[in-house]
Amino acid sequence: MFINYLQSLPAAIAQGMIWGIMAIGVYITYRILDVADLTVDGSICTGAAVCAVMIIGGQPMWLAILAAILVGMLTGLVTGIFHVFMGIPAILAGILTQLVLWTANLKIMGAANRALPAMKFNLLVARLDLYKSIFILILFVFAVVALLYLFFGTEFGASIRATGANLNMSRAQGINTNLTKIFGLVLSNGLVALSGALLAQYQGNSDINMGKGAIVIGLAAVIIGEALFGWMARNNFAIKLFTVVLGSIVYYIVYTTVIYLGLDADYLKMLSAILVAIFLAVPYWKKNLKKSSPKNKPIKEKKAKEVA
Amino acid sequence: MLELIDVRKTFNAGTINEKKALQGVNLHLKEGDFVTVIGGNGAGKSTVLNAIAGVWPIDSGMIKIDGVDVAHLSEHQRAKFLGRVFQDPMMGTAATMEIEENLAIAARRGKRRTLRWRISAKERAEYRQALATLELGLEDRMTAKVGLLSGGQRQAVTLLMATIQKPKVLLLDEHTAALDPKTADKVLKLSEKIISENNLTALMVTHNMQNAIDYGNRLIMMNNGQIILDVSGEEKKALTVDMLLKKFSEISGTGFANDRALLS
Ligand SMILES: Nc1ncnc2c1ncn2[C@@H]1O[C@H](COP(=O)(O)OP(=O)(O)O)[C@@H](O)[C@H]1O
Ligand SMILES: [Mg+2]
Repeated sequence: MFINYLQSLPAAIAQGMIWGIMAIGVYITYRILDVADLTVDGSICTGAAVCAVMIIGGQPMWLAILAAILVGMLTGLVTGIFHVFMGIPAILAGILTQLVLWTANLKIMGAANRALPAMKFNLLVARLDLYKSIFILILFVFAVVALLYLFFGTEFGASIRATGANLNMSRAQGINTNLTKIFGLVLSNGLVALSGALLAQYQGNSDINMGKGAIVIGLAAVIIGEALFGWMARNNFAIKLFTVVLGSIVYYIVYTTVIYLGLDADYLKMLSAILVAIFLAVPYWKKNLKKSSPKNKPIKEKKAKEVA
Repeated sequence: MLELIDVRKTFNAGTINEKKALQGVNLHLKEGDFVTVIGGNGAGKSTVLNAIAGVWPIDSGMIKIDGVDVAHLSEHQRAKFLGRVFQDPMMGTAATMEIEENLAIAARRGKRRTLRWRISAKERAEYRQALATLELGLEDRMTAKVGLLSGGQRQAVTLLMATIQKPKVLLLDEHTAALDPKTADKVLKLSEKIISENNLTALMVTHNMQNAIDYGNRLIMMNNGQIILDVSGEEKKALTVDMLLKKFSEISGTGFANDRALLS
């Protein structure tokens, strides 16, 4: 029924906003810091687990969410230490932390799944109360965007952006790039864990498998946001962050549509992976096209690398 | 101001790619010295500058800036003493950040980066003035992304970034080599102007022997990881390119015919 489809859209919007906060975390590492951080597949569940266990244990909501964010930041710190102080490539560092978190998440929850029924607990967001949830999620999204806008506008925030933009220049200008990289990972995973905390409440449980493929959803949201809404952003950082959330909402609307059309939703992960792969390939293809044009001198490039 | 004592560096030691890049470099720069550095490809010119900047640790020797032993400091810690401009115009600036943001980052070199706003109105006015001295019209494009600028413009901005806070030593590594001759000349003149106006101590690597003679008060030539010639004052002023070539073949022991190729 088409009316059913329309009725399922608010849920897609709510989900899109929750995952959009995670996607902003991915944006920080992938776009600002220029590292691909796979920690998120684990840290989103960590956020969910910490929040769920604390709410079940009778702790106040704000404390549960705050704790989820802090523990999420800790997961970013672990990846940062693997990467920066142990010289492990960022992708591998993230995968290692994922594995650490697999165990940690199970131990936090004490089981593979913890139920967090909205009937029993007074939750901030819940599938049952969609309109209230959407309202609260809008507040969260605005708060996250505003805080990040302010943070990345500071001296320290700008040094994180510089680190991702040009490592060589950053060091030459006295930026401790080890510190900025670690801090970027910490901040990113704090946001991812916040998203996990909201997701656990929304779907009414925290599950050890809930983060599987999160990185791909995050990248897809970033890419869709830039492709569809990039024109709105121009140079405004806050709007750029909003477009990431919009990208995530579009992703979940597509997801909902696919299910409505009766297509096998199992294909969706594969499709998003292919979509992300193609979008990641475009800049690479463009660069290669440029390289093979006679205007470019490969010798110069080699020399520049030697100096580096 | 800058002192290098028996600095040695071997890359890939113990492998077939082993390269003794610095084999006992000794150099003493007085305050206000503007030293040009020449030498063949692979002579170790960039390696000397990278050793000073702390891109990697040296194997042995001592590096002192203004009396401070910096050999054990990391690259970002040494940055507070140094201004650097690289051969590749892409290397010295953050392309995705605005001109004024790049300058503000440089203005905080060696200082703590806090949660204060990254640029103040007062700074903006200062940067506008500084950019105007470049005479490239950049003072009206302060919020443009640096990636939109040409190579020469980027080198000029990098030069400004390197000197916006007076560095103890300015390191220029073939910073005009990637530019077309006209732009290269402009950037070179600008460099000299900034160096003399601020009485900076500078090391400038160049592959252009005439430039090496024309600029600065002292010239050194490198070969095989060592300084093989060090000329200053009147003696330097009297130099010609042919004399340099002759000196090079005398000291390095290679045939004269090869030298022009080697040195250029
Ligand atoms: N990071 C590095 N790793 C390995 N070898 C290097 C490195 N940097 C420089 N070299 C080698 O050291 C030698 C001196 O290089 P360099 O100082 O760049 O020469 P130039 O005088 O042309 O600037 C060259 O043989 C170069 O290949
Ligand atoms: Mg060189």
